[in-house]
Amino acid sequence: MYVLKLITKNAFRHRLRTILTVVGLAIAVLAYGLLQTVVDAWYAGAAAASNARLVTRNAISLVFPLPLSYEGRIRGIDGVTVVARSNWFGGIYQEPKNFFAQFAVSDNYLDLYPEFVLPEDQHVAYLRDRKGCVVGRQLADQFGFKLGDVLPIKGTIFPGTWEFVVRGIFEGVDETKVTRQMMFHWEYLNETVRKTARRRADQVGLYVVGIDNPDNAASISRSIDAVFKNSLAETLTETEQAFQLGFVAMSNEIIAAIRIVSYVVILIIMAVMANTMAMSARERTSEYATLKALGFGPAFLTVLIFGESMVICTIGGAFGLLLTPLAASAFKKAAGGVFPVFEVSRQTILLQIGCALVIGAAAAIVPALRAARVRIVDGLRAIG
Amino acid sequence: MSSAPLVELRQLAKAYQRGDQIVPVLTDITLDIEEGEFIALMGPSGSGKSTLLNLIAGIDKPDSGKLLIGGLDITRLSEADLADWRAANVGFIFQFYNLMPVLTAFENVELPLLLTSLSRAERRERVEITLDMVGLADRMRHVPSELSGGQQQRVAIARAVIADPTLIVADEPTGDLDRNSAADILNMMQRLNQEMRKTIIMVTHDANAAHAAKSVVHLEKGELIGTIKGRGESTVEE
Repeated sequence: MYVLKLITKNAFRHRLRTILTVVGLAIAVLAYGLLQTVVDAWYAGAAAASNARLVTRNAISLVFPLPLSYEGRIRGIDGVTVVARSNWFGGIYQEPKNFFAQFAVSDNYLDLYPEFVLPEDQHVAYLRDRKGCVVGRQLADQFGFKLGDVLPIKGTIFPGTWEFVVRGIFEGVDETKVTRQMMFHWEYLNETVRKTARRRADQVGLYVVGIDNPDNAASISRSIDAVFKNSLAETLTETEQAFQLGFVAMSNEIIAAIRIVSYVVILIIMAVMANTMAMSARERTSEYATLKALGFGPAFLTVLIFGESMVICTIGGAFGLLLTPLAASAFKKAAGGVFPVFEVSRQTILLQIGCALVIGAAAAIVPALRAARVRIVDGLRAIG
Repeated sequence: MSSAPLVELRQLAKAYQRGDQIVPVLTDITLDIEEGEFIALMGPSGSGKSTLLNLIAGIDKPDSGKLLIGGLDITRLSEADLADWRAANVGFIFQFYNLMPVLTAFENVELPLLLTSLSRAERRERVEITLDMVGLADRMRHVPSELSGGQQQRVAIARAVIADPTLIVADEPTGDLDRNSAADILNMMQRLNQEMRKTIIMVTHDANAAHAAKSVVHLEKGELIGTIKGRGESTVEE
């Protein structure tokens, strides 16, 4: 109790210095948490993706489609339960900054995604309307879409202004599911394209394949690709998770840069904290010498210095931790839907706590060693 | 048969290294200090009196010679054992009081008792008695910055005696005080010596302060040049 009181009083001896250090720590822990959450958000799509679904695409590139005729042949392979079509539409809603994903999908597509929950009546309404579309909750909330709204979308890959009627709003089963997307009938797209650009009709961007057992994903993938080997459009089949990670891999350098920045932030505040502790310890050299003269050993001084450093880092870290969810919420809003899933994970919180503790411990090492080694007679002569 | 002196110094020597030079500070010091003595170490600056005090207090080590306190050769103790020995046997009074500025007078005096096995209640009782003894019972919740120099030194004296040490070392205890406060502190030290039978070794420049001691030991250029005994009978006048 006595020691704790002494540690706490020491920590706030120079109030301004301690407050500034606490503010710096809070900002650093907050920044670290936000940057880690950005990285997590980047992987959120892949994390939410399933290993029980396969994605079959053109082996050359995702840009090249596959023939519609592949659908039946894929369905005939052992272990395949469902085959759904999906084409990237890439349209613009009002202006380019309002980007969101739009897919033309076959009617069985949602059967493969039990994590998306669409009310039955809305599902029926969607199936009945050729121009109907379904939008995710996150997207609907962002733009204020309601059932019955007409969405004019300007095609970039498929020219013209397309109109879709919102017939359903689907929810994610939990917060990790990205529902910032829109889906509409693949047949509507194909029929329209058949009229305007016949050569591009009956082409599928990719097939999403449901399988009976995720353990067989690799062998089924190989079987699918074997069927189309040496054809004009060879396929590349992989799990949906691997497919999503392939997208994330395109941003590896950016993610690496974000990670490095987050570590640099911690290193900088570690240096600031170490400086604060070094200054405090240097000013108290004669006090430490006095304590040693009275019979206190180096261990006691080490406890005082480590304790003081830990008190400051705990307060700074706690503020940083408390502010992180608020800042994450504001960041998500400011990012305008770029990160549909932007939740501070438990792992990030633990990392933040770990960082604060490591900063506290690291900052105290050198001052504690110096205090432990100082000769009493030299220390007593020291001027704070 | 007379008992052995409390402090026995035999051919004690100490030198410091300044760059390439070795500067002798104490040379061939032989001195006995009896239990219950009150000695003033006097001499000009650089004469080695503070170094001698530091050696006797066990916060510095001699280069050669013997240093026995209560029959124990403290030069042979490890750092940890020496720290324990100081905690049990030596009380310190410094020129600038060396109190912990964030702690109250009570907490400062309590500090040495943390190294004992006393309970919290026992510590509290002893601190209150000691602070009352130095006349600061009504100031025990004040931090040093709220006390005058004389009061701070009285807190330091209370801290020095709280663990009931055999030996009290004081380095210029009145050096930072006005005349009245200095006299007050010296009177208190005389009481510690006479009433509580504490052995006190005090370094001072001040002849008036030295007058409070029973004996005065003179040092010059690191050598013992003389001892005057039989003083300190009268109280110090303010």
